[in-house]
Amino acid sequence: MSVGDAVISVKDMTMAYGRRVIQRDLTFEVQRGDIFVIMGGSGCGKSSLLKHLLGLLSPASGDIYYGEQSFTRASTLERDRLRQRWGITYQSGGLISAMTLAQNVALPLEQYSDFDARTIRDIVALKLALVGLDGYQTYMPSEISGGMRKRAALARAIALDPDILFFDEPSAGLDPISSRRLDDLILQIKESTGATVVMVTHELPSIFAIANNSIYLDAGTQRLIDRGNPAWLREHSENAVVRQFLNRAGDAHE
Amino acid sequence: MTADTPQAVLQAPQQSLVLSGDWRAATVPDLARAIAPYPSSQPLTVDLNGVSAWDSRLTAQLLGLERRIAPATLDLIGAEDDQRKLLELARSVPLHVPPQQTRRAVLNLDGLRASLAQLGDGLLDSLAFLGAVLTASAKSLAGRGGMRQRELMSACYLAGPNALGIITLTSVLVGMILAYLGAAQLQQFGAAIYVADLVAVGMLREMGALMTAVVMAGRTGAAYAAQLSTMQGNEEIDAIRTLGINPMEFLVVPRVLALVAMMPLLVIFADALGIFGGAIVAGGMGVTPLQYMSQLNSAVSTDHFVIGLIKAFVFAVLIATAGCRAGMNAGRNSAAVGRATTDAVVTSVIYLIVADAAINILCQQLGY
Repeated sequence: MSVGDAVISVKDMTMAYGRRVIQRDLTFEVQRGDIFVIMGGSGCGKSSLLKHLLGLLSPASGDIYYGEQSFTRASTLERDRLRQRWGITYQSGGLISAMTLAQNVALPLEQYSDFDARTIRDIVALKLALVGLDGYQTYMPSEISGGMRKRAALARAIALDPDILFFDEPSAGLDPISSRRLDDLILQIKESTGATVVMVTHELPSIFAIANNSIYLDAGTQRLIDRGNPAWLREHSENAVVRQFLNRAGDAHE
Repeated sequence: MTADTPQAVLQAPQQSLVLSGDWRAATVPDLARAIAPYPSSQPLTVDLNGVSAWDSRLTAQLLGLERRIAPATLDLIGAEDDQRKLLELARSVPLHVPPQQTRRAVLNLDGLRASLAQLGDGLLDSLAFLGAVLTASAKSLAGRGGMRQRELMSACYLAGPNALGIITLTSVLVGMILAYLGAAQLQQFGAAIYVADLVAVGMLREMGALMTAVVMAGRTGAAYAAQLSTMQGNEEIDAIRTLGINPMEFLVVPRVLALVAMMPLLVIFADALGIFGGAIVAGGMGVTPLQYMSQLNSAVSTDHFVIGLIKAFVFAVLIATAGCRAGMNAGRNSAAVGRATTDAVVTSVIYLIVADAAINILCQQLGY
């Protein structure tokens, strides 16, 4: 296994809820600067895998490494230190509903940096401007649309200039145009900050538009059945299921 | 100063700001202060050639600078591609100007009038809600509403048997407190035996219903408010409504009926335990259980008992409607859940005390 530039390495990880196994023996690496997509049909364990990567769930066996450091065996303190370098956008945004957008974006800055109030206010304005929401500082999450909430959540995720950005279904529930805009935004932010992006999605247009690496989890066999650039996998995957998924084809329609 | 210290130098003749050093340092110069001597709304050039490293703070300051001198433009020299790209992305969507909100003065007559009007509205709203609950309840009791039998049973279980533990604790203690209160006075006259009268009348008429109601307001009323407001936030109530089900009948009626059915039973239970608590204290003062019982026999009349039950019924309606109203009218965020719960408990305690006083005055006037 190459030590190389792997930002995240998952080794022989098995995920299970109690005795129900979701996926077994997952082994893969995410390289620095990748836009890495976790694909698979509904119920295959995509979101569970993300929760394992984030440390919200613990693997039944196996390990996750960030760089050289084991995450599974890390102490709470070490985990928190790693987490400071991440930005996470949850499926429905995860904005704290009792706080304004500015307070939401400022939260990680106040928690982890010792910038003064003015600098924080400037950075909040910049991050909101980056997602096209400057001027919405005083709005509550309930006062803006779903698409804006997702962008605001992205602004909070990039507040601390993270090394790794995690997305759980970023474009789910958005119209095609907003979804496309969000994809572009992720690409631009990734290019200008050099962050690594890990994303769970089954939106095909998003996958082809931005991903350069991926894994496919199969619900039936509970295994990782293919990996690589999705655009390449669409034509060349040796696995019929993966080709069907990426070509939006099912047996029934043919 | 080392070469790495972040610096911002304004070079007036060229009208440009020259930056240098490592801008990731703990403290960085304030660009706004650096250009202070420079006439604003004039185009400005920022030379970034000397900047060795930077983070978001620099980009944030550049954006702020640009907004400050607008409509004049900010020109970047020597910016790395990603720095320039980031700034371009930031200005791609124009600044949103939120509509001006009028600021309300802290103390003025209009404000006072408005809050009084709000109080009146709240009262009217409560009445309207009570009316809606009554009609929906009547419909449900006639078997034509959207209420589910199972909902009613589980609500009854939560409002009744589940509360027995805490009611046991409070009513035994209240009975003992009443007994101690009376004992101190009555012993002076050698009339310790009348402790039984005091405890029995006190529990049956007043404290049994009131203490149970206060406990249930904190316990069940708050739970109703919290649950319904969370459902409001999750769009569950919207879903129920659009499924063609009246949320009043589906959610509120079973809760109100459950509390109305369970409260009188809890009050009877509390009465018995309170009298028992009084007996413990009386025993300590030399009143035997037999004497206590026989004294009770002469002291207790059905009037006291019935008045207590009427209070229980009224209190149950007040607590359940206050809790459900707070939940159904809640906003859609997490702070709203807290507000709804507070609102439910505060409103029901106020209603309880007012209603208790009203019933007592009524009984006094009618001679019961």
